[in-house]
Amino acid sequence: MVEKTIQDVVCTFCGCCCDNLEVKVEDGRIVSLRNGCALSMSKLLNYSRERLSAPMQRKEGDFEEIKFDDAVEKTASILANAKYPILYGWSLTSCEAIEIGVELAELVGGVIDNTTTTCHGPSILGVHDIGESTCTLGEVRHRADLIVYWGCNPVHAHPLHMSRYSVQSKGRFRKGRRDRKLIVVDVRKTDTAKQADYFIQVAPNQDYELLCALRAAVRIGELEQDSIAGVPVETVEEIADLMINCEFGIIFYGLGLTMSAGKSRNIDAALSLVKELNDRTKFLIMPMRGHFNVTGANQVTAWQTGYPFAVDLSKGYPKYNPGDTSAVDILARGECDAALVVASDPISNFPVAASKHLSRMPLVTIDPHITPTTLASDIVIPSSFVGIETAGTVYRMDGVPLLTRKLVEPPTGLRSDEEILNAILRRTRELKEVT
Amino acid sequence: MTELLLRNGTVFDPLNHIRGETMDLAVRDGRIVETVSSKAKIIDASGMVVMPGGVDIHSHIAGSKVNSGRILRPEDHEKDVENRTSITRAGVGYSIPSTFTTGYRYARMGYTTVFEPATPPLKTRHTHEELDQIPIIDKACFPLFGNNWLVMEYLKEGKLEECAAYIAWMLNATKGYAIKIVDPGGVEAWGWGRYLKRLDDEVPHFAITPREILRGLCKINKLLGMPHAIHVHTNNLGNPGNYLTTIETMDCVADLASSGKPIIHITHVQFCGFTGNSWLNVGSGAPEIAEYVNKHDHVTVDPGQVVFGDTTTMTADGPFQFLLHKLSGNKWVNVDVEGETGAGIVPFRYRRSNYVNAVQWGIGLELMLLVKDPWKIYLTTDHPNAGPFTSYPKVITWLMSKDARGRVLARINKNARRRLDLLGIDREYTFEEIAIVTRAGTSKSLGLKKKGHLGVGADADIAVYSIDVSSVDASRDYEVVRRALAKAAYTIKKGEIVVREGEIVETPTGTTYWVDPKVSADLMQQTTASLSAKFEEYYTVRMANYPVEENYLESPTKIEAIAEV
Repeated sequence: MVEKTIQDVVCTFCGCCCDNLEVKVEDGRIVSLRNGCALSMSKLLNYSRERLSAPMQRKEGDFEEIKFDDAVEKTASILANAKYPILYGWSLTSCEAIEIGVELAELVGGVIDNTTTTCHGPSILGVHDIGESTCTLGEVRHRADLIVYWGCNPVHAHPLHMSRYSVQSKGRFRKGRRDRKLIVVDVRKTDTAKQADYFIQVAPNQDYELLCALRAAVRIGELEQDSIAGVPVETVEEIADLMINCEFGIIFYGLGLTMSAGKSRNIDAALSLVKELNDRTKFLIMPMRGHFNVTGANQVTAWQTGYPFAVDLSKGYPKYNPGDTSAVDILARGECDAALVVASDPISNFPVAASKHLSRMPLVTIDPHITPTTLASDIVIPSSFVGIETAGTVYRMDGVPLLTRKLVEPPTGLRSDEEILNAILRRTRELKEVT
Repeated sequence: MTELLLRNGTVFDPLNHIRGETMDLAVRDGRIVETVSSKAKIIDASGMVVMPGGVDIHSHIAGSKVNSGRILRPEDHEKDVENRTSITRAGVGYSIPSTFTTGYRYARMGYTTVFEPATPPLKTRHTHEELDQIPIIDKACFPLFGNNWLVMEYLKEGKLEECAAYIAWMLNATKGYAIKIVDPGGVEAWGWGRYLKRLDDEVPHFAITPREILRGLCKINKLLGMPHAIHVHTNNLGNPGNYLTTIETMDCVADLASSGKPIIHITHVQFCGFTGNSWLNVGSGAPEIAEYVNKHDHVTVDPGQVVFGDTTTMTADGPFQFLLHKLSGNKWVNVDVEGETGAGIVPFRYRRSNYVNAVQWGIGLELMLLVKDPWKIYLTTDHPNAGPFTSYPKVITWLMSKDARGRVLARINKNARRRLDLLGIDREYTFEEIAIVTRAGTSKSLGLKKKGHLGVGADADIAVYSIDVSSVDASRDYEVVRRALAKAAYTIKKGEIVVREGEIVETPTGTTYWVDPKVSADLMQQTTASLSAKFEEYYTVRMANYPVEENYLESPTKIEAIAEV
């Protein structure tokens, strides 16, 4: 039996990208890990379940195995012949793969979009309007004496966020939980809220009102209403005072803010509140990005095209107008005629109209898992896992880049997203040159 | 074996004392050679100006803050797009071009080497990812050290040698090229939303002053045998009266100089060259700064020349960017980086009619014209801070033609015009002087022995411009010069024609230079042994995951520096 222990492993689950896992490998299998959370355990110990061993194509309703080269050939031909294909997904793969994806989208005159479109898209729209005062997570660890989690539940979604980077962490100027105040704003008392010094239960879909009231309270100190968004005015004023009087504060926010009524307006309000707090003290804000490389998908797309998601390359240059050029909207309008999905499961997550259109047209999926999207695909090319079976660069939620490593060999015959996409790019280029 | 023969060009090669001679240049396998065979491809350069490829010493082209700027400003890109062609990738401008577009636009102007002057060490993997995707040009990046916790601690404790070893380790870990210092100590204070403006103010919690940081890093730069001087963005940037801080900063290391070699480079002096004590009476400190530079050999400068119009400001100087946000009311990004540095980004429009902006425009030009020795000053717009790099041809005409700058001067804010000395300055740069401030001088300053000249053995990075010096008078025909500089007739990169008539024809991959100072093995071992505990304490990433591997870079070139420790 061959045993080895690998140190300093970067976890490829959520946007925390914890880089201190210790993984034990026996006979090419991961058997245990240390320093992980429930999410990393479930992924690293179970990733090899429910996956395909070879490329498949749909024939009269059923899947049959095909050779890799044939899968590439068919995919390239679908993309080369499409008038307006969509290339979607990208947040669960490496930057190296995403780079090829953008080039492929450019080559075929398609749209490249990532899962930002259904999670923190409004956060980015807010940044376009207001900008953002932010930092890396270590700044929070060392300096923050006031931490706000708004519309997010890290205890379940980012389990080590609080201990590694925020309230419970030990930093240079804050020694731990006692040196920090925790405010949680949510519509329900979550497990994160249970740990808070102040839990603010905001009425559903009224985050915008509460943020604006806080902004007013920070500016003028007093409000005349009895309550705002279900929160007594005394509490609003007290929270505003805490924010003004802290030495270093930060708001972490999640989909409770980006995907409730108001969407990007909520983010505008939050970013504006934080911006104005900097007239009084040090204050920052950061979205709790979900997938381990959704931040990287934004970064790569931005440096190659200027825009972080929803980029339309059909005119030969990058064009960006989320709502118009975003995958969900293009699909819902029924405008695209082929799709390549990489490392994502849109059929499970998209609105019904968008999913329906996706399953009606030629659909190719590259993914390590069997998912509702692979099941609806015409061609499925199984790939290896980034950070487990193949190396690649990922970006933590605060933009810190990390190189993930290969821990074990992928099952025989499985390739990385990068290799698969390169093969498709090469073949598509040849087909395009012929025409 | 590929050979080129560039015939009958009017060659300006200041490092080899060639001043507009008509001569041939032979190229083989990417290098300048004595002669080539009869099979060489011949380029007729008669009636054209031939120079080494441009070398930009300070231009923000890659990394996390540049990309944050892109994400902040979709409105910047919409107005300026690049179509995909069979050779080139699609992209966007304007002030923050996408990676591919950046390479193409530099190459079109005859520039072949560009240095990114500020990378937060923790995020330098990102910088390299972008640099790798900037085609054609060679490049490098300067990691930021002026607010680094470990640097401040080593220096406070007087551990100069350990600090030198740590910096050597960091340069290797980041594949960085030079020691960059931005607002020493001031960005750490900004971590608390506080300000530190004077050279002898104490950094909160660190009991060290900017003066001590500057002097310490200047000594270390010498100990490590670095090819470039310390590259400094001063304290107190963007505040009226700060020209005194600039002179004080240059002077605070004057006694460390030896052998006449420059030991400090002060960058984008325009932003730290203000006289006055309020925005109402701000004026140009360029004459005083130029006088200091003229009298001292230990310092070099670049102006960060303002170009009127819309651009994006971005620096590691978080507090300065906040000030700019408050002054302009424009949107603002701030990114503080744990234990190392920060960054800020604010869109900005420089207006001719605005008193302060007009003075800023004048400061840069006065500095360029009043510093007598062109080897001490380099042309920059601190891209994109004072204007996009694509404005260089326009800026060059302001230097070469009193008429060209006079036309602008006539239209700026009249109080600013009255306040500036510019109208009374008659100097006009020659092509040789332009070649010095855009390639020969910058190469020399950066220690790039094979760049910035066209002698045998040099890299065959060559710019050819359609300017017939026998009939074109740059002073009068500045529009002809501007057009020619914007679209090189030929740009040759490593012996390969990459631009013809201003169009990209080939897109090779450039190299990324980095400096690896060799300190003694004992010192390095001793320093890194204590470093891993510090890493655990200060960073949220493991020390093992911090370094950028050399093979991570697509085409690295290591330059070994021989350290004295």
